[in-house]
Amino acid sequence: MNAMNARIRRANPLGALGALVWLVIVIIPLYWVVVTSLRSQGGFFTAGQLALPHPLTFGNYHLVLSNQFGTYLRNSVIVTAAAVLLVLAVAVMASHGIVRSGKHRITGTAFNVFLLGLAIPLQATIIPVYYIIARLHLYDTLLAVILPSAAFAIPVSVLILVSFLRDVPGELFEAMRVDGAGEWKMLWKLVLPLARPALVAVGIYDSLIVWNGFLFPLILTQSPGNAVLPLALFNYEGQYAINVPAILAAVVLSLLPLLALYAVARRQLLGGLTAGMGK
Amino acid sequence: MSAHPTAVRAAPRAAATAPTHRRSYRSVYSLMVTPALVLFGLFALLPMAIVVVLSFTTWDGLTSPAWAGLANWAHLFTDPVTRHSIWLTLQVVVLSWVIQTPISLLLGVYLAGKQRTRTVLAVIFFVPLLLSSVAIALAFRYLLDPDFGLAQSFHTAPASWLNHDWLGDQTLVLYTLIFIIAWQFIPFHTLLYQAGTRQIPASLYEAARIDGATGAQQFWRITLPQLRNTMVTSTTLIIVGSLTYFDLVFILTGGGPGYATRLLPLDMYIVGFEDHQFGQASAIATLLVVIGMLVSLGLVRFSGFSKMRSEMEGA
Repeated sequence: MNAMNARIRRANPLGALGALVWLVIVIIPLYWVVVTSLRSQGGFFTAGQLALPHPLTFGNYHLVLSNQFGTYLRNSVIVTAAAVLLVLAVAVMASHGIVRSGKHRITGTAFNVFLLGLAIPLQATIIPVYYIIARLHLYDTLLAVILPSAAFAIPVSVLILVSFLRDVPGELFEAMRVDGAGEWKMLWKLVLPLARPALVAVGIYDSLIVWNGFLFPLILTQSPGNAVLPLALFNYEGQYAINVPAILAAVVLSLLPLLALYAVARRQLLGGLTAGMGK
Repeated sequence: MSAHPTAVRAAPRAAATAPTHRRSYRSVYSLMVTPALVLFGLFALLPMAIVVVLSFTTWDGLTSPAWAGLANWAHLFTDPVTRHSIWLTLQVVVLSWVIQTPISLLLGVYLAGKQRTRTVLAVIFFVPLLLSSVAIALAFRYLLDPDFGLAQSFHTAPASWLNHDWLGDQTLVLYTLIFIIAWQFIPFHTLLYQAGTRQIPASLYEAARIDGATGAQQFWRITLPQLRNTMVTSTTLIIVGSLTYFDLVFILTGGGPGYATRLLPLDMYIVGFEDHQFGQASAIATLLVVIGMLVSLGLVRFSGFSKMRSEMEGA
């Protein structure tokens, strides 16, 4: 522990300088967005850019909130929750099958398919995805966003879960099998409880990606009633034209749910993000 | 993973039942993999195959596609707009790596320390990770607006060089874009390097200190080599990510002014969804995938895939 402290506590002047510069670079845009969102539209054109607004106004927030923000928030929550639950369900099943079957032909192939699938960017497939969604009569529904978003989260999720489940001692499965448990029961009673930390990490990683996703909602939905938050932000921009403080208030509002999560579960959130780094 | 117990441990007498037993297990495993395969197949593999086929057709999205042979592919490398897009995309890939890697490495190693200041800084530094590309694009678009953004408030001497139309100047806009991309992604790569640095065994540093190594020597001889796998992961993500970068550019500049920021994914979007030349757009999409796969395969081979995986497991 002493050695650890000695290592971790050593000074790093170059790093400190870099961190200071980066602090300014990170904070100024964030501060400017918040401060400007609290200005009146008139104040925006006249006041000093970084000064605190005088008087402070929450009118922009009021305007955004009374403009269907609740609908967009609800849509984002539904899309994210549904997509992530779907991915977790199919990914944990697949991972269990892949790990338990060893060098089986079908599951082995499936694993390689997912590995290769990591390299397929969703941007490249958007044209056929649009076509398939239209053919399934799902265009302009929330399901149109949920299904492809879930599909593209599968490879990373399976990869992380497989590497986690590989470390589960085989004796545990063997013991359950002796007791007469089938594979489904093992999945339910053994794998799900054991893999909880990995499932949480994967769930967080997938949630952030789905929550902030833009291209699928842009192409696959149309009516404002089915817009998720990032798309709504984009639409507000056309709607409010030059009411910049209102647009920035919408930006801040769209960040609040994640910021709240960050405040209560920062460690898990950041841990979840690095769990996906094999992507 | 060892072979499965059912067959291996079956006593000779039970040998007759073992194969059926094993087969039923296998079918359970296949069944378990099926939902994920179907979902991924329908919305990723099938579309990918269709994109490749479409790249040999002309299709307006309404009538049925017509066979076009290699016309789209020939056009891809002769069309000045697309060639320009390829060149811009390459610049973004290379410059993003050159800018993001050293900064993330420096910040990540610094933030691996557990002093209170560093912890507080880390909390702030990772906030941009929560922002969507749309939010970042809108924020910077107004922040950099020449008439009423932040830039125009820099009148006085030391900062007046900042007073510039960063998004409207054709020669500068690409670099502005690369800066904003760095702003968005450096926190993520910093997080990777922070996690990587924290996994380096303390005993290595202890030994180095006993041998009288300076801080700089420790960085070059221990930290950097130990972060090799993190660097490969981070590099792959930067390259593949920059190749497919869309959301931010779409909202921030729409590819302009002129064609100054029309990166390949945006070119694909405009050619497809605005010009309704889905065949041509598919050729661009295929090119993106091919480059992305070559890069990741190359890097993975160069570095050894097994190592990348053991790192993912946190080993």
